[in-house]
Amino acid sequence: MTVRAIFGLPQLPLAKWVDSATQWLLTHATGLFHVISSVLGSIDDAISNALHGIPEAALFAIVMVLAWEFIGLTGVVGTFVALGLISNLGLWSPTLDTLALTLTATVFSLAIALPVGIWAGLRERRESFVKPIVDFMQTMPPYVYLIPSVMFFSVGAVPAIISTIIFASAPPIRMTTLGIRQVPTDKIEVSTAFGATRSQILRKVQLPLALPSILVGVNQCIMMSLSMVIIASMIGANGLGQNIINAITQVDVGDGFVAGLAVVLLAIVLDRITHGAGRRFSRQQGAMRTWQLPLSILLVRGWQSMHGRRAKQDGAPESHSTVTLDHLKH
Amino acid sequence: MLGLKRRPAPSEGTPRREPAQADRAADAPVIDIDALWKVYGPQEPKARSEIARGAGWTESAAALRDVSLQIHPGEIFVVVGLSGSGKTTLLRSLNGLVRPTAGTVRVLGTDVAAGGTSLRELRSRLGMIFQLFGILPHRSVISNAAFGLELRGVSRAERERRAGETLSLVGLEGREHAYPDELSGGQLQRVGLARALALDPDVLLMDEPFSALDVLIREELRKQLLEIQKRLQKTIVLITHDLTDAVVLADRIALLHAGVLRQVGTVPEVCFAPKDEVVERYVTHVPQLEVLRVEHALIDDVPPADAPVTRAGAPLAEAIGLLGAPGVSSLRVAADDGRTIGSVTAETVVRVLGRGPLVSETEVRS
Repeated sequence: MTVRAIFGLPQLPLAKWVDSATQWLLTHATGLFHVISSVLGSIDDAISNALHGIPEAALFAIVMVLAWEFIGLTGVVGTFVALGLISNLGLWSPTLDTLALTLTATVFSLAIALPVGIWAGLRERRESFVKPIVDFMQTMPPYVYLIPSVMFFSVGAVPAIISTIIFASAPPIRMTTLGIRQVPTDKIEVSTAFGATRSQILRKVQLPLALPSILVGVNQCIMMSLSMVIIASMIGANGLGQNIINAITQVDVGDGFVAGLAVVLLAIVLDRITHGAGRRFSRQQGAMRTWQLPLSILLVRGWQSMHGRRAKQDGAPESHSTVTLDHLKH
Repeated sequence: MLGLKRRPAPSEGTPRREPAQADRAADAPVIDIDALWKVYGPQEPKARSEIARGAGWTESAAALRDVSLQIHPGEIFVVVGLSGSGKTTLLRSLNGLVRPTAGTVRVLGTDVAAGGTSLRELRSRLGMIFQLFGILPHRSVISNAAFGLELRGVSRAERERRAGETLSLVGLEGREHAYPDELSGGQLQRVGLARALALDPDVLLMDEPFSALDVLIREELRKQLLEIQKRLQKTIVLITHDLTDAVVLADRIALLHAGVLRQVGTVPEVCFAPKDEVVERYVTHVPQLEVLRVEHALIDDVPPADAPVTRAGAPLAEAIGLLGAPGVSSLRVAADDGRTIGSVTAETVVRVLGRGPLVSETEVRS
């Protein structure tokens, strides 16, 4: 005998409610879905076209430079092997499609997650409001998001990006909230005592001190996006996921393994580079190497000058890199 | 009666400024605390209405009980108390980090309870120094020192110039571009001092500034603070549990115990005329020789013509040294202008060491 029967309760029509809510949205919010669809679709197309437009060798070189800067020599070797293998297996093009989807979804996830995370981190009560929602987003089996996405946006890249955004927003929200809340209260008190406004405290104290945590969230967001855009191939997302779906339908173990391996390699390259970049921007890393390349210096310096920060570095390597920069200007 | 000198000891000769009471009364107080109460926690609203009714508050502990206090321009005012005595609350109520339950706090003419823009403006005229330094780890030394100016919207070049000046004032020249994790505790507190001074504040609020530092560094920083004060003449409010801070730095001290202000006065006043048992317990361990000066053992007798000379404001220990020389039985005491104002003998010194100053300043004023 079930508990429900004991209490003589009827079954809750929860599934029906969700269905009818979806129906209502379908009839009343078509215009909105249209706008979202065209925005997401065109951004994904733009990124995808850009990636495909860059010659393979040039893209190779760019990723290698990033690996050199943020991981080191082992990173360069590892990245070369990983990308080389993907290219060799003939999966370069679907890998770029997957990367485009991942980047698009990440950008939108972060655009939602960072403000929400900051907002929630500033007050304890907001956090207790946001936390269950984030838990829900993250623990709901990701396939479930595919169903309404398909109903609202039909099949293809757009519903894939939508479900990915929902799924991948949770970690950056969580980590941003955590980062803001972990800022020691004495640092905030100091700023208050010196006459800082709330927004000054946020910009000049809380965000910089929360940055390491936020960057971990960004890294996780990229990883979750990547895994979700693969799953979303079930509703027609292009890229490596398509290869995997095809392999499943044809019970082709070899093709399935190869496509899966490409996903793993892409994930590792993305993870190591963003992780290294995160550590660099949070000043957690030791002395900078003296042989870093001008492009990477420009990237780091540009970012730092925008944010008034710097990577931790010794006096000597710093002067060296300044010289390199000046050299570039002439 | 040994011919005791029944008049105030000359103040011009003292090594520290000790503005005469009469002058002080003429200056408007920089800080004016009137009947300040602070009760923390959920009881606060109830306490507020009880106090407003004139009933006071005894139901739960109050961090501050009916504290009234005036602090005058240019003085170093040290609040001494054990932890839990309410001294941190008192300091934080001066810049509005703590809102009073009852009573008013006026700093530089602004009511701290006003809040909003006027409180922020007031805060930018107060420099605060923290026990654990409060240095921002993601900023360089110069950027930390310039923080207050940056909040005020001063341009980068200007704020770095001014921060650079105060950094060299505190002896951190050449470390401008270091990061906090490369500095020692003493250096971090210097950054804290430079950050506060860069604002050119009218008042410095110091929250146990030396407590987290080694004894030697403490001494060094106290000395440095006195030197800086000699040049800048700020009003300084310093809270501490360390009576040495009070003895070395204070023009006046206040003794806070369990939220109640027990006694306010100069260090010799409090040390040699404690008002009650609680104050006495606090001051019993103050080394007398740190507090006593020659003027405290001064008598009217005309010294022998060949007597060695000492200044009225010199530490008594100095006179003891001179009296220890063979054949010296008394010293000629001179004011700052060189005028002889009396003498000190071995007998009076021994008497002072045993019973406190011959003319306690409290007696003189009353």
